[in-house]
Amino acid sequence: MTGTKTIHGIYDDEELLMDGARQLKTAHIRVKDVFTPFPVHGLDVVIGLPRTRIAICAFIYGITGTSLAILMTWYMMVSDWPTDIGGKPSFWYYMNWPAFIPVTFELTVFCAAHGMAITFLLRSWLLPGVAPKNPDPRTTDNKFLIHLEVKPEDETRIVNMLRQTGASEVNVI
Amino acid sequence: MQQESPLRDPLILGDRTYHQITTDIARPIEGKANKYWYLVFTIAVAAFIWGFSCLAYTLGTGIGQWGANKTVGWAWDITNFVWWIGIGHAGTLISAVLLLFRQKWRMAINRSAEAMTIFAVMCAAVFVTMHTGRPWLDYWLFPHANQFGSLWVNFNSPLTWDVFAVSTYFTVSLVFWYLGLIPDFGAIRDRFKVQGKPLQEKIYRLLSFGWSGRARDWSRFEEVSLVLAGLSTPLVFSVHSIVSMDFATSIVPGWHTTIFPPYFVAGAIFSGFAMVSTLLLIMRKVFSLEHYITIQHMEMMNIIITLTGSMVGVAYLSELFISWYSGVEYEGYAFLNRATGPYWWSYWAMMTCNVVSPQLFWVKKIRTSLIATFVLSIVVNIGMWFERFVIIVTSLHRDYLPSSWVMYHPTWVEIGIFTGTIGLFFTLFLLFARTFPVIALSELKTILKSSGEEYKRKRAQNKAVADTHH
Repeated sequence: MTGTKTIHGIYDDEELLMDGARQLKTAHIRVKDVFTPFPVHGLDVVIGLPRTRIAICAFIYGITGTSLAILMTWYMMVSDWPTDIGGKPSFWYYMNWPAFIPVTFELTVFCAAHGMAITFLLRSWLLPGVAPKNPDPRTTDNKFLIHLEVKPEDETRIVNMLRQTGASEVNVI
Repeated sequence: MQQESPLRDPLILGDRTYHQITTDIARPIEGKANKYWYLVFTIAVAAFIWGFSCLAYTLGTGIGQWGANKTVGWAWDITNFVWWIGIGHAGTLISAVLLLFRQKWRMAINRSAEAMTIFAVMCAAVFVTMHTGRPWLDYWLFPHANQFGSLWVNFNSPLTWDVFAVSTYFTVSLVFWYLGLIPDFGAIRDRFKVQGKPLQEKIYRLLSFGWSGRARDWSRFEEVSLVLAGLSTPLVFSVHSIVSMDFATSIVPGWHTTIFPPYFVAGAIFSGFAMVSTLLLIMRKVFSLEHYITIQHMEMMNIIITLTGSMVGVAYLSELFISWYSGVEYEGYAFLNRATGPYWWSYWAMMTCNVVSPQLFWVKKIRTSLIATFVLSIVVNIGMWFERFVIIVTSLHRDYLPSSWVMYHPTWVEIGIFTGTIGLFFTLFLLFARTFPVIALSELKTILKSSGEEYKRKRAQNKAVADTHH
């Protein structure tokens, strides 16, 4: 983008990073992204990330699985071909449903787990062949990188600020 | 940052940094394998090829090549199926149940334990697909639109529940394992990038799915791990409960037991932890991971082995008591026959290995000794194999009619298939150990500051200084 400068502030330690992110927040500087080698707890709140709703998705996938399983067992064992097996009559669903609990449970877990995993991969765009977006290969090892996009006139001020918060490297791109 | 009591022993030994953790765990991938790796790998592949030949022979000639007969319809196949599935359970227990209980020591061992789960379930699948006799018709196990009348699978049958349970278990475990691997593959990829090795970088870039470690990815990743752990926990309990119902819902004396589900789950965790101990003890030595997989980790696992082993022991004794107390003579005979009949040696092997041997771990010296742990872990695995053999074969071989009484002996084909699955298991595990990050390195970094030895020492020092100033 013309008119903006990209600044990468690199920290050696997650506590310094947290401190830096907090100070940027107090100065009303928007953090575009942070790249870390491991999850830093509390960081998402500081940089203003909304809480992920992926667990809600999992719940929806789960009840979809439950419903599918109930529908399947009802159709196959009660509606399409009812059979009295070992004294478990299947002329009505309620008569036979205790025997269907294991399969219903398994399908609930199956749909919730796979649905959520697929949602996560698509939402974060993690697929085979996707190019990694971390600007510095050291961020998966031991460096913590704050990615900022700022107006050119703010550049020096923010670079100095990052340095003061303990960034070991500040790169302007 | 999370705090940890100074009284707890450190989980990461020595003065480690984040970079060192990456380097230590990437070493087996970047370096060359030593001659021991090649030696063990050759043996494993040879065993696998032999097992595969026996499998092909069975496929060509039918399961009449096995020792199972009219009376003992399930024998070697189901024994090994249950044994392998049981071994798999420790992986899920470590990664899911211990995650929910916030047991930080799981982090050094969960990756390889989950790998073990997946490979063990694959070995179990070999037996369960083959034992149907016509494995090319195994798709009949799943409900599908058909022209047989239309004939559906029987959802009242625990065998059908098992099909759903084991396939859900396998796929969910695989996904859980792979999602955890993605960030670590990313770390390996970036190491190869720094080292300027384009081919390796390309391979790991493909495996890492383009992981970049953005804050939002991490927050989703953690949520997904937590929910998957929450789902896997009841799943793992359901799988072995359902496996036990394959027996418990029958009317065979010795099988028709309501305590089977918890007893089987405890047994599965017991054998699984033993297998994890066996594998990790070798791995930590071969790959010099002693700083991460410490004696404390082995001790924790041994405590779980003692706990679950004692649960299994209580189950054996209550089974025995109930068979007498129920007054059902068939039930009573089944247990008398187990202990004193022609298969007495398998019963007593089971009792010694599973009930007596884990009690040795009450002694701290024994449970912190690596040699003792290694030996006992193998003893437990043998014992748990015998448990399934005892439950299956000795309950069946004396049918109600004495004219149907037979003995069961495994044939060389069956033994070959079992050898083959062990070969397959170790082949896959050895390949895993050389190409995948064997410790969840990004997870491990989160506990370095709270549980690293040097960090803990410094904190204690600072606290002592602060205390003297007061």
